[in-house]
Order: sequence, then structure tokens, then C-alpha cells
Amino acid sequence: MNPAFSVIFFTTASGAGYGLLGLLGAGSFFSFLPADRTLMIAASVTALLLITGGLLSSTFHLGHPERAWRAVSQWRTSWLSREGVSSLVTYIPATLFTYTWVFCDIDNSMIRLSGLATVVLAVITVFTTAMIYASLRSIHAWNNKWVPLNYLLLALATGLILLNAFLAWFAADTVGLTIVAIAVLGGSLVSKLLYWRFIDSSSSSSSNASAIGTRPGSTVKLTQSPHSQANYLQQEMVFVIARKHARKLRRIATLMTFVIPSVLLAATLFSNSKLNVACATLAVPVATIGILIERWLFFAEARHTVALYYGAQSA
Amino acid sequence: MTAIPKSSGKKLGLVIDLDICVGCHACTTSCKEWNTGGYSAPLTDTDPYGENPTGVWFNRVHTFEVTAPDGSSQTINFPKSCLHCDDAPCVTVCPTGASFKRAEDGIVLVNQDTCIGCKLCSWACPYGAREYDSTDGVMKKCTLCVDKIYNEDLPEHSRVPACVSACPTGARSFGDLGDRDSAVSKLVESRGGFDLMPEQQCSPVNKYLPLRKKVVPANAATTALRPKVSGVADALLKWIDKSLC
Ligand code: SF4
Ligand code: SF4
Repeated sequence: MNPAFSVIFFTTASGAGYGLLGLLGAGSFFSFLPADRTLMIAASVTALLLITGGLLSSTFHLGHPERAWRAVSQWRTSWLSREGVSSLVTYIPATLFTYTWVFCDIDNSMIRLSGLATVVLAVITVFTTAMIYASLRSIHAWNNKWVPLNYLLLALATGLILLNAFLAWFAADTVGLTIVAIAVLGGSLVSKLLYWRFIDSSSSSSSNASAIGTRPGSTVKLTQSPHSQANYLQQEMVFVIARKHARKLRRIATLMTFVIPSVLLAATLFSNSKLNVACATLAVPVATIGILIERWLFFAEARHTVALYYGAQSA
Repeated sequence: MTAIPKSSGKKLGLVIDLDICVGCHACTTSCKEWNTGGYSAPLTDTDPYGENPTGVWFNRVHTFEVTAPDGSSQTINFPKSCLHCDDAPCVTVCPTGASFKRAEDGIVLVNQDTCIGCKLCSWACPYGAREYDSTDGVMKKCTLCVDKIYNEDLPEHSRVPACVSACPTGARSFGDLGDRDSAVSKLVESRGGFDLMPEQQCSPVNKYLPLRKKVVPANAATTALRPKVSGVADALLKWIDKSLC
């Protein structure tokens, strides 16, 4: 699949935003975060900006952005519609949550309740995003259980990296959350590696033989394309990335998304406060670039069955 | 509504005979001609006379060479358009309701006035039957010539999709595949018509008919070409052959 930047940016930014927002909500409900008003407001506003920026960028690739409101109507069947609905609904408790932190007493029960609703809806929204991809049988690399797991874990991991940075900036105690973040990064690395193993060791049950209905075992060669120039189908869905190139990018994504941020976070456990802030801060851009590469690969390595009609041997 | 409606039992569709198709592209060009003025008009082309012409087509003919395990090979001309699937994933993924399947005849259409151009339906279709029009910002696809097959201003024999009207070899048949007694259903039955990629679980309505078995005459070896003359004439022909080479 052709990696469209607006969609890659959307899933990266909103994933991190929902991860951070959910953690703030959970932290307020279960009181594992410091009751620091400025910290909570700064972090939740950042999360809302990331989410809103992501959602706006996802409308850029629409042919008719002005009709985007129609997309909330088909939630009964469409995961894209469900994502639209849940992302909009999440704004209600999330705005209330931020509002109560700004204007109400810190021990207000509304903070806890809106925090709980926010974390539930944030999880649902990230899940619906992942299911847009995971529900497409035509794309083997997406149509599997690793996809929602990866999306949820990576949203949580990037949320934790951001939260650690905020805690460090506000000189709050980070030890507990840093250890959790390293553990989640480890878990999401394992799930990503298992995903890559899955797509490397299996392919779509459709073949170029089933695509045109010849006996299995026959070899099928495209001798004449229907058109001389690449059409929409090829531009959008037949993206070829060399295996060697993909391997290299996977290594870079692994280092930048998981390994380096883990090392930086681990360093904060043993360093003085200045270095602590520097390490926690540096983890944010490094992981962001890592995830952008990971998302680019998620598209670039996904093969669509339509390629079988254009000479691909498997999909 | 993008839920698949309860079928009325009528399933209009095409039966494409791969044994007959000669790959002339008459169906694709007449499709383009009819539909660029039809339900999803226009079928925009970009750079049509330039270096990089591309555009929206509802029907495309691919040509494949298929080699069987025993080494024999055959050419297959393979026209492909929307199969108007019974379990159309392109319809259920649509967030707006712009993509829909008609209960009355099973035709799958896109409402050009409500489509937001998110392209998700084209990702969901395993066959590549939907093409996005970047000029109009909406998705387009085969309409089964919904504006032709019911058109009472046309003579009865013309009320079939444009591709069926145009095919010079009769490789394309149109009819109700939901009716077991229809001519198309009988054709599918008698020729062993099949679904494309059944494992994608789309339950396509359109069917394809396989190539007929190659018939090699039993006395093929003895009827091979050999000179029909002998004696002096044979010697003369051999001499002519030699001197011409
Ligand atoms: S062929 Fe593709 S576009 Fe047509 S109904 Fe089936 S899934 Fe939808
Ligand atoms: S491109 Fe249009 S028809 Fe296709 S899923 Fe999006 S809104 Fe529906």
C-alpha cells in the first residue's frame, strides 16, 4: 500500500495523544499522578492538540473534506465511521476533564469520573483506528490480530514517553512510571517482532491462480497490462519495497522506537535531575521518528490482492 | 445505509466466457463511452494526449499466459469489472453510506453526492474494481449500466450493459443470476462457471467460465504437414526450397 503521509502522521500523532490523554485520565482516577494543576493542564492540552492535529490531517486526504461530517453515520457496519464517532465522543469527557483541572478543586470527583470516561474512550478510539486496517481481508499484512495489539501498545508506549517527559519537566517523581514505560516498550517491541515474523512467514490465501480462476499449480504470467501507464489502483495499492531496504528500515524503527527510548528512560533512573530532564526529553523526538518509520513500513510492506492482477505472484 | 440489504432474490450480473474472449478491449472502450455520460459521469482522464495518460475506467482487460504443470500453456484474456458481490466489503466499510447495494437487483453503486473520497472502499475490494477520480474527489465504479438496462427509450435488445452490447464475440452475457432458471444461470451450470477468489468471501455475483479443454485430435501426428507430392515434382520443390534459402 502506498504510504500517505497524512494518514501516517494522523495515526502517530493521535496515537500518542490518546495514549497520553488516557494515562492522565487513569492517573487521576487511580491517583497515581501528582495532583499538580499546571502539569495536568499542560499535558492534557498537549494531548488534545496532538489528537486534533492528527484528526485534521486525516481529513486532508479526503476528496471532499467538507462532507466529512457524513462519516459518523454508518457506525453499524464501518470501523472508519466508528472511529469518527468515538473520536468525537472522546472530546466530551476529555474537555470536561481538562476544564475541571483548570477551574475546579483538585479533589473534585468530576476529575476522577471524567478521567475514567476519558481513558475508556481513548482505548476504544485507538482500537477502532486499528480495526479499520485489521478488518480488510484484501490485505493480509493488516488482517490479523497483531495489528490492534500493536496499535494499542504503541499508543500506550508513546503516551508513557510523553508523560515521563512532562513529569521530568515538572520535577515530579518519575521512577515508577519510568519502569512501567520501559516494560511497555519491551512488550510492544515483542508484539512488533511477532507481527513482522507473521507477515514474513505467511501470505494471503489468495494467489494469482485464484485471482483468475486457474488450477493451482499453474504458473500465471501477466503478458499484457490493460493500460500503458500506472492507474489509480497501482498508484494507491501496488507499492513495492525491496526486501533489503525494508530490513534496514525495520532495524532503524526498532532502535528508534523501542531500544534508544528505553535506554534513555533507564538512564533517568540513575542520573541527576538535569540529565534526567534531558534524557526524558530526548526520548520524545527519537521515538516519534521511530514510530513514523514503523507506520511507513506498516503501509509499504502491506500487499493488496489487486497486485495479483498486475503480475504479483502472491499477496 | 451501508449494511447489505436483504436480497429480493434478483441478482443482476455478468457471465464472462474466458474461452471466447479475444482481448479486443471493445467492452472497455464502449463502457467508457457510455459511462462518461452516465450515472457516475464523467470518467475523467488526466493528460489524455500527453506523455502520461491515465484515468477512470470501470472495466479493464488483462492478458495472462497460464502454464499448466504438464508444461502446456494458454493465453487468457481476462476482462475485470465490479462483480456486484453479495457480501460486498466495499459497501460495509463505507463510513458515509455513499456506497450501497440495491435490494431490488443487487447492483452496487456509489452516490457521487455523498462520497467523501476516503478511498477505503477501494482498499476493501480485493479485485481492484473501484477507481478514484482525483478530479472529482469521489469514488467511481461499474454501475452495471443501471441507466441503460432499465431505459425504456432504448429498444429492448439494447437494454443490457454497454460492454455486453459491444462484445463482438459474445463472450459476455447479462442476466439474473439469482434466478436458477435464467439463461445465464444455466450457462454457468453447464460450463462450470466459477467465482474469482472465493477465499475472500465476497460471494461475487458475476461468474467466469473457464477455458474449454484443449482437444488434440487422436491422429494429430499423422496429419502433420508433409509434402503432398513425390517423384520429380518433389525433387523440383526441394531444389526451389534450397535455392531460395
Ligand atoms: S467487486 Fe469489489 S467493488 Fe464490486 S461489489 Fe465486489 S468488493 Fe465491491
Ligand atoms: S470513498 Fe466514498 S464510497 Fe468509498 S468508502 Fe469513502 S465515502 Fe464511501
